[in-house]
Amino acid sequence: MKYLDEYRDGDLAQRVLREIERKVTQPWVLMEICGGQTHTIMRYGLDQLLPQSIELVHGPGCPVCVTPASLLDRAIGLAQREDVTLVSYGDMLRVPGTSQDLFSAKARGADVRMVYSPLDALRIARQNPHRKVVFLAVGFETTAPANAMAVYQAHREGLDNFYLLASHVLVPPAIRALIGSDDNRVQGFIAPGHVCTVVGCSDYEDLVRDYKMPIVVGGFEPVDLLQAILTLVTMLEEGRAEFANDYTRSVSYHGNLEAQRILGEVFEVADQPWRGLGEIPMSGLRLREKFAAWDADRVFDLHVAREEAPTECISAQILKGLRKPTDCAAFGSKCSPESPMGAPMVSSEGACSAYYQYRRHELVTLR
Amino acid sequence: MCLAIPGKVVSIDNEREIRIGRVQFGGVMQPVSLDFVPEVVVGDYVLVHVGFAIAQVNEEEAELTYRALEQMGMLEGELPPCEESDARSGYEVPR
Repeated sequence: MKYLDEYRDGDLAQRVLREIERKVTQPWVLMEICGGQTHTIMRYGLDQLLPQSIELVHGPGCPVCVTPASLLDRAIGLAQREDVTLVSYGDMLRVPGTSQDLFSAKARGADVRMVYSPLDALRIARQNPHRKVVFLAVGFETTAPANAMAVYQAHREGLDNFYLLASHVLVPPAIRALIGSDDNRVQGFIAPGHVCTVVGCSDYEDLVRDYKMPIVVGGFEPVDLLQAILTLVTMLEEGRAEFANDYTRSVSYHGNLEAQRILGEVFEVADQPWRGLGEIPMSGLRLREKFAAWDADRVFDLHVAREEAPTECISAQILKGLRKPTDCAAFGSKCSPESPMGAPMVSSEGACSAYYQYRRHELVTLR
Repeated sequence: MCLAIPGKVVSIDNEREIRIGRVQFGGVMQPVSLDFVPEVVVGDYVLVHVGFAIAQVNEEEAELTYRALEQMGMLEGELPPCEESDARSGYEVPR
């Protein structure tokens, strides 16, 4: 139990664990769809502390990971233009496209810069009026309003050298796709806390109603996750499919209305390809017509194939909860955070990267 | 990617119609858009994601969450190394 000792409320975590052990009488498969939650589970070894009959599988909860390689190819294509400065979040720069990543493009002379916020991207555009500044933006519902605000603000300022190249993904349609697939194993979901902070709870209530499957909103600290797991296991054992919000210190029922307003004003829902999962209907966002002048896809003539290259990486099955990162033959050998084959190894929030960071030594022993 | 870090709003200004707060995270001060939390005033605590406050939190919760994130090694990569000046234009890319 050494892992939990360092946590801010180890005693509470122990009590919740005991309660889970008391409740569980049969096997259950639970999925979180949030890279931050995956990271916490692996860092604290929560999956190993839980009763063996509870299996945690890790869904497509890392937006960096599910960004199509073809979008990276388009970003790299743009970055290589003389007049373009490509800016993006740090995690995106190491994501492999079909042949290289943005770091390699930068090493070959492309103007690629890292930002922490869309506000930084706007500032770079203001400071470089003679450069075309393309902001490669990804994210779930948590990040999309901030990316939307950048475009809204560029429109308001008349900033005509700023463009958005985006891959936004929405969680509820992904849950629908996962539950609806023939090989689904998941019996209950932990919903992502900060996505719900922005969009609220009603979409998740709809999912519970439509699929008769329990969903509980969880936070990011060990006790948050254990509490969400306890609520799920209790519902499952009692045969109840309900919605619950176990992260009330951040998530309100209606979410952040102002963020939702900007999101809806700038974007509309559209079909979206997910790396590893393929296209999911109405699971992404595209800029509305009013903002076409800031849409890199419409402004630039981008001749890059949108098909994904085949690979031996099993990330698709990992993202669906069918296999674990450690089931992959390439894990830790051909594929590591230093030279990732698949996107879940790239970002520190990807499931493969989390397993690599916290579990690879055990695997070495096993092999 | 979806992490949100709690910080204290130290001052609020309007910059190009954006409501910008100086927000203190541990020892670091950062500019943060407060557009999504119009009710927030100086002295309040907010949860910040990619430079935008997405929710208000209470002081005690903010302190506990910040310390937990620090302990969990989850702050790295979420905040710039120091406050940005206007002269700054993008960050050095760590390899």
